[in-house]
Amino acid sequence: MNFKLKDIVPQLITVTVVVLVFGFFTYNAQINMENRGIDFGYGFLSQESSFDVQFSLIEYDGSHSYFRAYLVGLLNTILVSVIGIIIATILGVIVGVARLSPNYLINKFAAFYVEFFRNIPLLLQIFFWYFAALRALPLPQDAEAIFGVFFLTIKGLYVPAFIWQNFSVFFNSIVAAIIAIIVIRIYAKRVQENQGKQIPVFLISIGLIFILPLLSFLIGGVGISFEVPVLKQLATTSFIYEGGVSLPPELIALTLSLSLYTATFIAECVRAGIQGVGKGQKEAAASIGLTPNQVLKLVIMPQALRIIIPPTTNQYLNLTKNSSLAAAIAYPDLVLVFAGTALMQTGKAIEIVSITMFTYLTLSISISLLMNWYNKKIAIQEK
Amino acid sequence: MFKYLKQLTSLVAMVAVLFTFTTESMAAKKSKTLKNTQKKGFVRCGVSQGLPGFSNADAAGNWTGIDVDVCRAVAAAVLGDANKVKFTPLSAKERFTALTSGEIDILSRNTTWTLSRDADIGLTFVGVNFYDGQGFMVRKSSGITSTSQFKDGISACTNIGTTTELNMRDFFNSKGIKYEPVAFEKADEVVAAYDAGRCDTYTTDKSGLAAQRTKMSNPDEHIVLPETVSKEPLGPVVRQGDSVWEDIVRWSLNTMIEAEEYGITSANADMMKTSDNPAIKRLVGAEGELGAAFGLDNDWSLRIIKQVGNYGESYKRNIADTGILPDRGPNELWTKGGILYVPPAR
Repeated sequence: MNFKLKDIVPQLITVTVVVLVFGFFTYNAQINMENRGIDFGYGFLSQESSFDVQFSLIEYDGSHSYFRAYLVGLLNTILVSVIGIIIATILGVIVGVARLSPNYLINKFAAFYVEFFRNIPLLLQIFFWYFAALRALPLPQDAEAIFGVFFLTIKGLYVPAFIWQNFSVFFNSIVAAIIAIIVIRIYAKRVQENQGKQIPVFLISIGLIFILPLLSFLIGGVGISFEVPVLKQLATTSFIYEGGVSLPPELIALTLSLSLYTATFIAECVRAGIQGVGKGQKEAAASIGLTPNQVLKLVIMPQALRIIIPPTTNQYLNLTKNSSLAAAIAYPDLVLVFAGTALMQTGKAIEIVSITMFTYLTLSISISLLMNWYNKKIAIQEK
Repeated sequence: MFKYLKQLTSLVAMVAVLFTFTTESMAAKKSKTLKNTQKKGFVRCGVSQGLPGFSNADAAGNWTGIDVDVCRAVAAAVLGDANKVKFTPLSAKERFTALTSGEIDILSRNTTWTLSRDADIGLTFVGVNFYDGQGFMVRKSSGITSTSQFKDGISACTNIGTTTELNMRDFFNSKGIKYEPVAFEKADEVVAAYDAGRCDTYTTDKSGLAAQRTKMSNPDEHIVLPETVSKEPLGPVVRQGDSVWEDIVRWSLNTMIEAEEYGITSANADMMKTSDNPAIKRLVGAEGELGAAFGLDNDWSLRIIKQVGNYGESYKRNIADTGILPDRGPNELWTKGGILYVPPAR
C-alpha cells in the first residue's frame, strides 16, 4: 500500500501543479480581457479580411475571409519549407560527400562553405540575399533574357508558363510509369531471391519514365506551348513583365538563404553518417565480390542513413520554423499574413497567436512523424 | 513517505503563494493608471521605431517629435517633469497589444483613429494631434504626376498592420487597377526596398512619406503625389476602462492646442498669469481649479506650456523646421484656416 502511494503521489502532484498554473493564467487573462472590453472568440475567422496578399497559391483577395487568409499564409509557409527542404537536402548530401573527397580543392571548398554559412545568423543572411541581391539585380527594362525566355529582375524571376493540351493524358502516363516501375521492382526482387538472377531495374525504370510520357505526346494528343513574359511599360521608367509566371524576389531570397543555411548542417549529418560506418564493412563487402556501386548501395548507405536521419529531422524542423523569419522581407508567410496583418486588423491577439502556434506545432509534428516512420523503416530489423 | 510529505508541504506553500498573488493583482487592478504612474515616477509611453517629426530617437537616445511631446506633456502635468518618460519603440503590429496588456500607458505613435479600433479592441482614442491622409510616393523619373496614371501591374510597398493596407485595397479596387502589395514588418525595410527599385510606389500616410523621404539615398529623386486617398486622423490612445487617465491625456493635448490659440508660449507663460482674459488665466493656473478634477494641482497646464510648449511650437520644432512638412495645411488652428479645434478648458 505504502509502495503504491509513493508511486502515485508525485504524479498527482505534478498534474495538480500543471492544472493550477494553467488555471491561474487562464483566469487572469479572462479577468484582464473582460476589464478591458476585449471579447474572446474565433468568430472573426469568417469575417471579410479586406486586405490583399502579394503572393498566393489559392485564389484570394480582400473579399475572402480571415480563414482564407490563414490558408494563404499556411500554404506559403509550406511552399517555402518544402522547396527549402528539397534544395537543402540535395545540396547537403553533395557537400557532405564532397567534404570526404580525397580531392584537396573540393574538400576545402566544401569545408569553407559549411563553416562560412553555418556561422552567420540566418536573419542576416536573409537580409543579405534580399537587399544585396535586390540592389544587384537589374530593373525589368534592363534585364537580359536568359535562354531568351527567363528574366531575372529586381521585381522577381519571370519564367514562361506552360500551356498544356490534354494534360490529364500526360499526367496519367506518368502515373502509369510509376506503377509499372513499382511492379517491376517487386518482380525483380522476387526473381533475385528465388533464382539469384539480377534484372537491370534502374535502366528499365529510367526507360519507362521517359518513354511513357513521350508516347503520350506522340499518340496521346498531348501538346505543350509556352507563354513567354513580355515587357510592359507602366510609366516612363517603370516596367514590368506580363504573362508567364513570376516568382517574387522575396520567395527566391528566402528559399535561397534557408536552404544555403540548413544545407551546411545536413552536410555535417551526412559526413558523420558516412564516417560512422566502420572501414571493415567496406572492405568485407569488397572481399565478397560486390562492385563499388553495390558496396555503397547495399552496405554503406543503409548503415549511414541510420546515423543521418535523426539529426537531419531536426534540421528539417528548424528550416520550417525558421521560415517564419519571412516577415522581415515581406514574404507573405503564416506569420506575416495571419499573425501580422490579420492580428493587427482584428486585435484578436490571443486567438491568432494560439492558432499560429498550434499550426507550427502540427507542421513540426507531421514532419517528425514522417521522419520517424522512415527511420523505423531503415532501422536494423533483427531476424 | 516522509520525503513526499515534505514535497507535499512545499507544494501547498506554492499554491498558497499563487493564490495570494491572484488576490494581490485583483486589488492592484482597481487602482488607477495615474496612481501607478506617480508611484513609478515616470510615464510609460509607446512610440514608433523612428519616424522623423513624430517620434524619433537621436544618436544619444533622446526622443523628439510631436507624438513624443504628447507624452512629455502628460509627464509634465502628472509628475512635474517633462523628461520623466520611458519610451518604448513599437512596431505597428505590436502597438495595441503593448497598450492593452499594460506594458505602456499611452500609445502616441501616429495611430489612425478608426471605429473598429476604438470600439473593438479595448482602446480609447483621446484626440487628434495630426490630421493626415494616405498618399503615394513615386520616383520623379517615372514621369507619374498623378495617381490617375497608375496602370495594371503596379507594385506598391507598404507596412503591414496599418490602415494603409486596407486603404490601398479600397483605392486600387475602386480604380479597377490590379496591383502587387509588398508589405514589410518595419518601415526601414519598406524604405530600403522601395529605394532599391523593388516597388513602383510607396504608400503610407503623407506625413510619413514626407518624413521617410528624408531617409532615401537621394530624396530629390522622389515626389509625393498630390492626391490624398483617405482620412487619417492620428492621435494618442489609452487603455479602455480608466476614464481619469483618459481625461488627463486628452486635456494635456488640448492644453497645448488651446495655448497656441491664445498665444501662450513656453516663453511668455509665466507673464500670462496677469492677463485680463479669464480663459488665458485658467490655462496658466491663475484662475479656477481645473486640475482638481483629475487629482492634479492647479499648475499642471502651466507646466505643460512651460516645459513642452504649445502645439505650434511643437509643430515648428519637430516638423516645420526639420523640413518635413513646412506647410501646416489642415493642422493649422481653426482661427487660421485649419481644422484644429478643441473644446474649451473651463
